Amino acid sequence: MESFKRLTGLVAPIDRSNVDTDAIIPKQFLKSIKRTGFGPNLFDEWRYLDHGEPDMDNSQRPVNPDFVLNLPRYQGATILLARENFGSGSSREHAPWALLDYGFRVIIAPSFADIFFNNCFINGILPITLDELAVDRLFADVALNEGYTLTVDLETQTISLPNGDTMNYKVDVFRRHCLLHGLDDIALTLQYIKEIKAYERRRRVEAPWLFPEEGL
Amino acid sequence: MGAKTLYDKLWDAHVVRENDDGICLIYIDRHLIHEVTSPQAFEGLRLAERSPWRREANLAVPDHNVPTTDRSQGIADPVSRLQVETLDKNCAEFGITEFKMDDPRQGIVHVIGPEEGATLPGMTVVCGDSHTSTHGALGALAHGIGTSEVEHVLATQCLIQKKSKNMLVSVDGDLGHGISAKDIVLAIIGEIGTAGGTGYAIEFGGSAIEALSVEGRMTVCNMAIEAGARAGMVAVDDKTTEYVRGRPYAPKGDVWEQAVTAWKKLHSDVEARFDRVIQLDASKIAPQVTWGTTPEMVVPVGGRVPNPEDEGNVVKREGMQRALRYMGLQAGTPIGEIALDKIFIGSCTNSRIEDLRVAADVVRGRKVATSVKQALIVPGSGLIKRQAEQEGLDKVFMEAGFEWREPGCSMCLAMNADRLEAGERCASTSNRNFEGRQGHGGRTHLVSPAMAAAAAVTGHFVDVRALL
Ligand code: SF4
Repeated sequence: MESFKRLTGLVAPIDRSNVDTDAIIPKQFLKSIKRTGFGPNLFDEWRYLDHGEPDMDNSQRPVNPDFVLNLPRYQGATILLARENFGSGSSREHAPWALLDYGFRVIIAPSFADIFFNNCFINGILPITLDELAVDRLFADVALNEGYTLTVDLETQTISLPNGDTMNYKVDVFRRHCLLHGLDDIALTLQYIKEIKAYERRRRVEAPWLFPEEGL
Repeated sequence: MGAKTLYDKLWDAHVVRENDDGICLIYIDRHLIHEVTSPQAFEGLRLAERSPWRREANLAVPDHNVPTTDRSQGIADPVSRLQVETLDKNCAEFGITEFKMDDPRQGIVHVIGPEEGATLPGMTVVCGDSHTSTHGALGALAHGIGTSEVEHVLATQCLIQKKSKNMLVSVDGDLGHGISAKDIVLAIIGEIGTAGGTGYAIEFGGSAIEALSVEGRMTVCNMAIEAGARAGMVAVDDKTTEYVRGRPYAPKGDVWEQAVTAWKKLHSDVEARFDRVIQLDASKIAPQVTWGTTPEMVVPVGGRVPNPEDEGNVVKREGMQRALRYMGLQAGTPIGEIALDKIFIGSCTNSRIEDLRVAADVVRGRKVATSVKQALIVPGSGLIKRQAEQEGLDKVFMEAGFEWREPGCSMCLAMNADRLEAGERCASTSNRNFEGRQGHGGRTHLVSPAMAAAAAVTGHFVDVRALL
């Protein structure tokens, strides 16, 4: 996973609540057995006018000129501004993979769905929860100012606005540590092999039905 | 020691280690695998030259991409076929038990786990699928995970997690005739909203939940995720243990007795404190129908499509307007006037034997309305299909004009050939009515199996109680 310390980037707004992972990356693209290449199909149903399938040449497809990410002013955005319950629905990690592949490293919203939130951190995307008023203000600022950028700093847990204002946010100590250093969860957990084995020994006695001899 | 909720008990029993900041390493007893969210995890394992920590804790099944028609020709779509073949290969390489497509036990992962006794009370159960919450009906701590976590569980048998808060949804009183678990859970989501359970583990309790069969409790827990909660669960009672008894992977003999003794403690203590409590009166719940594009957009069948103008919150109002446009509905339309093109009875929410029985009771002696283009019955597993055939339910459905299919996810998310065409309207027993979920431009109304059956035979929504 790529580490994340500080990013200054263009902000793109998706002004609707309950954006689900089916919308972020529709199911037909889940047939891939790879982790990459989902970016061109991010928000596929909203972004293009035709129906997308995995084997299509996306550069030849008719784009929806009204969809916000297709507007010239938001090209190259790396920060996504969203509404409540972003990432709801399916647990598909293809959703953060698609966002990352497209270029987003930060998502700001009043709330996120739990599984999606977790999947973001694991993939080096920083999901930031701000209160509704702060998010409203950012939406208004973005709408009024073309080329609106924010600086997001994870060390100091602050967002700096173009006019010099700052907003604070909080990230779990552990998640922040992992993201700052680009640490891989599995390698971290494997430092505790002894504890895991000790737990298994204890449970084998307490709850032997969880460790049947014949296995599955 | 203080009083604990069911969730506290399940959590505490699985903590391997705890950090100062409350992040824990949690032990996973059962890991279920399907073809869509696992290929990248196995690939990661291979790249890092790791092997599964405990092979026998895993059980795999292809369900999302499998065809529900004749399987002798294999899977026609090459991309779907590759994904299923990749699962077969990975399971063979890593020595993981898999019910392959032609195995009579094959079915939707959340249906076969409990059916096989592979998910047991008191277990932690995970799967790269958000509807893993289903297994909580057995008094297990069960939730969906992403693909990186699938790899993490394969490699370490653990997950890095932070404990959620405790919510109790208590449903008391008697459910009316013709009202089912699906109506309960849709009513709950209508009440608390799709983000109402975010950050919580929900325990469903109260006399109406106790009165449900274990299958009905699965329907309720299945949709906990639709209320924003990763995990839903129900306390263990005699119904739970009777459900588990004798299943292929359930404990036997002395160990069974020992297990049952332990499982009896799997309920919230009387004094236990919840961070949030919601109460519902079961006797007031009518058959529910969703009208929009999130499960919280739901009304009783006697109601009307709501008017966005009545909503004060701007973001919500715009969401409603967008939903009405997508769904092709006018505010104020009586739900009973909504006509359907397709009917889908299936999915991990409602494809178990009792769902099929209830639907068959409505259908028996009636015909699918001529205006309905297609009506599908997709059993949750091969064993359910067989059971239904022994009971003659397949005949009831086919005589009425339904198609009787092979088990799988099917039109719940349309990764296989079963889908809605743009603009088509469907009464579906599944769990998500998101835009495009059942096919590009498709319009989904979530209902119970009885309500879907009633819609099939009348061609529009109708209060199923009128047909019973
Ligand atoms: S039936 Fe639907 S919700 Fe259930 S696992 Fe399959 S696709 Fe997911």
